[in-house]
Amino acid sequence: MKQNSRARVLGRIRQALLDAPPSPEPARDYLTAHTADDEAVILDLLHENLADYRANVHRTTETDLPALVAKLLDRHGAQTIAVPPGLPIAWLSETTARQHHDADSLLTPHELDTTHAVVTSCALAIAETGTIVLDGGPGQGRRALTLVPDLHICVVRAKDQVVGSVPQALPRLDPTRPQTWISGPSATSDIELDRVEGVHGPRRLDVVIVTR
Amino acid sequence: MSGTFIGMPAFPKAAHEAVRDTTLRANLRHATHTIRDKRAVAVAELADWAELREAGKQIKTETLHSLDTYLVQLEEAVTAAGGTVHWAADAAEANQIVTDLVKATGESEVVKVKSMATQEIGLNEHLEAEGIRAYETDLAELIVQLGEDRPSHILVPAIHRNRGEIRDIFTSEMGKWGREAPDDLTDSPVELAEAARLHLREKFLRAKVGISGANFMVAETGTLVVVESEGNGRMCLTLPETLISVVGIEKVVPTWRDLEVFLQTLPRSSTAERMNPYTSTWTGTTDGDGPSAFHLVLLDNGRTDALADEVGRQALRCIRCSACLNVCPVYERAGGHAYGSVYPGPIGAILTPQLRGTTSEVDASLPYASSLCGACYDVCPVAIDIPEVLVHLREKVAGQGGKGHRLEKVAMKAAGWVLDHPGVLAAGERAASKTRALHPRKLPGPGARQWTESRDLPELPAEPFRDWWKKNRT
Ligand code: SF4
Repeated sequence: MKQNSRARVLGRIRQALLDAPPSPEPARDYLTAHTADDEAVILDLLHENLADYRANVHRTTETDLPALVAKLLDRHGAQTIAVPPGLPIAWLSETTARQHHDADSLLTPHELDTTHAVVTSCALAIAETGTIVLDGGPGQGRRALTLVPDLHICVVRAKDQVVGSVPQALPRLDPTRPQTWISGPSATSDIELDRVEGVHGPRRLDVVIVTR
Repeated sequence: MSGTFIGMPAFPKAAHEAVRDTTLRANLRHATHTIRDKRAVAVAELADWAELREAGKQIKTETLHSLDTYLVQLEEAVTAAGGTVHWAADAAEANQIVTDLVKATGESEVVKVKSMATQEIGLNEHLEAEGIRAYETDLAELIVQLGEDRPSHILVPAIHRNRGEIRDIFTSEMGKWGREAPDDLTDSPVELAEAARLHLREKFLRAKVGISGANFMVAETGTLVVVESEGNGRMCLTLPETLISVVGIEKVVPTWRDLEVFLQTLPRSSTAERMNPYTSTWTGTTDGDGPSAFHLVLLDNGRTDALADEVGRQALRCIRCSACLNVCPVYERAGGHAYGSVYPGPIGAILTPQLRGTTSEVDASLPYASSLCGACYDVCPVAIDIPEVLVHLREKVAGQGGKGHRLEKVAMKAAGWVLDHPGVLAAGERAASKTRALHPRKLPGPGARQWTESRDLPELPAEPFRDWWKKNRT
């Protein structure tokens, strides 16, 4: 039956298209970016758009990062954190929160549910849309890690991880890796279109931009 | 299509009832106006909106014209990445495939992320009959499911419910499905969302099977894309061991790069955001991350019939943003339920009759559920000329004859002649107004006159049909 349906659907499509004119290559007259190619401008825009969608945004240097991470965890009362493989150990050198490394034995969904926070790096950030992209690379971990705990602290390297626009982001991302694009904490507008932050994903998103 | 709507009265009658329901009207009005204003702001931010819209239109058109090639390419890519592809010619086949896949896992419950395709085929009802419980996890879908109700908007399915009604539904129904609502639940949206979070979390954590749709499927890479806000999608796509995605064949796009257009136009058109909170992409399966089994069910269910219609096929470009609903004066008055299908509003009026034909009264009346004001076309991010398709479908309905359509036949004859003879528009408009087919101050369709004339008339745009037609045709 499976084979039949495949042949049937494809046959119907070919039949339906008998009269269809050949289509030209789509015109792409839209812009590659809506922002000037200027690092400072792009960083400010990222900051502004992330904050506009209720992420907490911080800027720091590599040196001060561990202290800031510790402070943020503290501020949210996070006593346990999930740690993805490949996260620089220095980033967690000043926190006293208990660390669950998601390495050889993976944390179960229930264990993740009782974990307060997760600290990750990212693959990319997109300024125009206020988006961070995770692709499971080093320091990011599998998707469940950044989904179940209630606080997500994401570290973005200003030097080489920020692009201006969506068209600039896609060529730098590998579609074979599972990706999560995050623009602010989870939200719903299902009740009379009032925006409420925090339904199923982490209710708090802190983005730390590390500058030179 | 779904059995949910069987027995629906034809559009004008259902619309008539909806117009009398003042709560529904107030809810709809508030919602559609809020979101349409926000959308306009989000769209105005992009100086190249017109070019993005044109590119989206062309990409989708080109894809549809080589749909067979792209689907075969998609199938190869998904299979190479560890997924399994199934083809379903109709709803019954799709339901059977999904049921068999769920049964093979030995599970009797599934978590679902909002998907129009699975609503279209009536999957939940089918699973229920087979002893499998499907939990909707989108907040609005949860409200609809708990309230034993029907969705009324593509994006905000519970748009017809206000906060007080939602509180009452949660308080009385949640306990029957799982974790109860807190005793002291108020009608504040924050508390309601928290109640939903707690109610659903236990289901996510134990879920073994997830069912989704997809916004896009990339042929060259085999990547599926789900765009969402709440995180329930991520839960369903990530935590279960088995993921089954049921997706209409028209959702394919050729390349990864094509997403650069739609990931800009979709969020701004639908939720009026620069980007929705979460977008998930996955390609087959990934070791140690997410489901270890992935099944893609490619659904036809009438889409190839629409594809065969050279005017009507443009409806398959739709990316389900719902912008056309929010600007439609008919939708605002009538509400989503009047359309008698899971696809309400202007897009529903052109999609439903094409997917399932115009043999039933409600489907035959759908092409008349419009004043042809053209607002839907203006906002559509893939430039579907909805009025053009409506007029085309009216001709088809009129052509099929039958007692119920005699008036439309008369009207369409006059209208068709007028459209072919723009020089005599004035005379034609008088004729059309006599047969009430195309007059922009009235809602055409069987029985429509009574309700449009006895209730307050929709605030239709001032522009008369003739001017609109000229501007858009010449
Ligand atoms: S027809 Fe156009 S505006 Fe309406 S939902 Fe589809 S894409 Fe959006």
